Amino acid sequence: MPEQMTIFSLPVVTGILASAVRLATPYLFAAVGEAIGQSSGVLNLGVDGIMLLGAYAAFFVALTTGSLWLGVLAAMLVGLLMGLLMSLISVTLKAEQGISGIGLYMVGLGVSSLLFKVTIGTVKTVVGFKPLKIPLLSDIPVLGEILFQHSLPVYAAFLTVPLAWWFLDRTSWGLKIKAVGHNPTAADSLGVSVDRVRYASVCLGAVLSGLAGASLSLALVNLFQENLTAGMGFIAVALVYFGGWRPVGIMGGALLFSAVNAFQLWMQVLNVKIPSDLAVMLPYVLTIAALALAPSLARQPTALNKPFERGEH
Amino acid sequence: MSIRRFSIVALAVALLAAPLGGPTVAAAAPFRIAIVMPSATTDMAFSQSMFSALKAVQKEMGGETALQIAYSEGMFKVPDAAAAIRDYASQGFNMVIAHGSQYGSSVEEIAKDFPKTIFAWGTDVNTFGLPNVYAYTAAAEQGGYVNGVLAAKLTKSKVIGVTGPVEIGDAKTYISGFAQGVASVDPGIRVSKTWTGSFSNVALMAEAAKTHIAAGADVLTGSSQAVVGSIGAAKEKGKVLWFGTQYDQSSLAPELVVASQQYDWTGVLKEMIKNSKAGKLGGEKYVAQLTNGGLKIVYNPGFALPKDARAAGDKAIKGIQSGAIKITP
Repeated sequence: MPEQMTIFSLPVVTGILASAVRLATPYLFAAVGEAIGQSSGVLNLGVDGIMLLGAYAAFFVALTTGSLWLGVLAAMLVGLLMGLLMSLISVTLKAEQGISGIGLYMVGLGVSSLLFKVTIGTVKTVVGFKPLKIPLLSDIPVLGEILFQHSLPVYAAFLTVPLAWWFLDRTSWGLKIKAVGHNPTAADSLGVSVDRVRYASVCLGAVLSGLAGASLSLALVNLFQENLTAGMGFIAVALVYFGGWRPVGIMGGALLFSAVNAFQLWMQVLNVKIPSDLAVMLPYVLTIAALALAPSLARQPTALNKPFERGEH
Repeated sequence: MSIRRFSIVALAVALLAAPLGGPTVAAAAPFRIAIVMPSATTDMAFSQSMFSALKAVQKEMGGETALQIAYSEGMFKVPDAAAAIRDYASQGFNMVIAHGSQYGSSVEEIAKDFPKTIFAWGTDVNTFGLPNVYAYTAAAEQGGYVNGVLAAKLTKSKVIGVTGPVEIGDAKTYISGFAQGVASVDPGIRVSKTWTGSFSNVALMAEAAKTHIAAGADVLTGSSQAVVGSIGAAKEKGKVLWFGTQYDQSSLAPELVVASQQYDWTGVLKEMIKNSKAGKLGGEKYVAQLTNGGLKIVYNPGFALPKDARAAGDKAIKGIQSGAIKITP
């Protein structure tokens, strides 16, 4: 290692930021998706389970067919199915959302573990999405390395941020979703089908969670193992609150969380004298602190976590 | 092994895995062993090392009619594991293996209730003074030292990265031995270590490995079942070498894995089965070492290891076996 490498030297800072961009990928997909679902008033705590099934499906299909894109498609399909299941339970059957989400998580964890054991059985790897240097932009000093030398899923994850913003804030669909999330009775009286909007929002969010899983198993680690996500989906739910239900805020939170994680890894690599137990706690402590100081819950969809019953006030 | 923190293995897994563990009835009276382990039988690491040994002993003894094996895997949660251990004991298994050092206090408690059942647990050396408890462990620092010597011979950048889970148990002793092995060849080589705080977080382990590579490391090693993430990162980069431990990890990256320290528990298992037939149910500890065949250095035949490096590795093995090389765990 070059002697001048310290935690504040340029190559290290560049490394930390490039890591942060890469690590933020699954959180972005999942948290942006969760924000869409929550905007319509449905809290889905099953994100981690959907990610696991998505990661498994993507990996299995890519491994057996040799096509990464078919794998991605499989993850989206599995996400859609899980979204339908969550909608059925929480929208049609009006079950308590928090509990049904936890149930969904356990289904995802259990089924993905079982399927992995039955169909793959042992640790295998695939050649995942390769880093794709964007012409010209990737040649920009420092910035090019941080932003423009990643694999396709990383770019796609960041692309969901402006897309979700445009969708939620600038289309009539987005307005309907927010109306349903804030005042379903009023939306209903204006002829908006609350249930249909919630189904669509939850399913769209779940498809994104499926993609989050695929980004893990086909781009970041290129393998599947039981409980591959290790709780990332729950961090994603926290990021929605952190970001105040705004895609840009979520991106900020995901980048901050990932940067702190990358920072603590670099601190260990550079042998900065702090106990490793403390270092690995940093991102989580930060998340809790950030949540406590979160911008405001004023943006929270008023009807979040409340099943809609027509004529009930 | 050690406490597996942050693992969120849910009840669902236990429920789904439970039907797999049920014993079957055979005509003769075979010897019956049940094993409870934290990760999967296919983890290419700790759990698989014991499961493979059981299968090998079973084959040697003449198959299922001679030795029956029942197992519960994915038991990261100690209370679930304790319930499984008690269950197997009450089902009349001759031997129950609690494969994880986090299961120690459960074994101590349950073994007293089943004095005719053999309990084996590891990795640890404590038999709690009970006549029906065996303890087994691995002197992981020995293979760590040999891997370290080989790594030092092969690094060109003079930077070696170590990706560990939690600084405890055989992960700690392996990495300690590894660092001593590197230093014995060239104290100028930098060995930087990261601990992710988790035995199961593959994504973070992968990112730790990428960080080492970005900091200039051209040789990596690490411990726990999450190292498949590190190996993946080495593969993605290419030309970054890997040293394995616990299990022969060559198949994960045939072109990059130089050697692995493999735990071979067959000797320990056979010894315990033999003892039990003579009426001895426990009270002893076993330490897997390079001297007794419990530890093996498995060179990857697919990797073109330079002659002088191989010679240095073999010399280190001999030195440890003869006692000439002393390693602090």
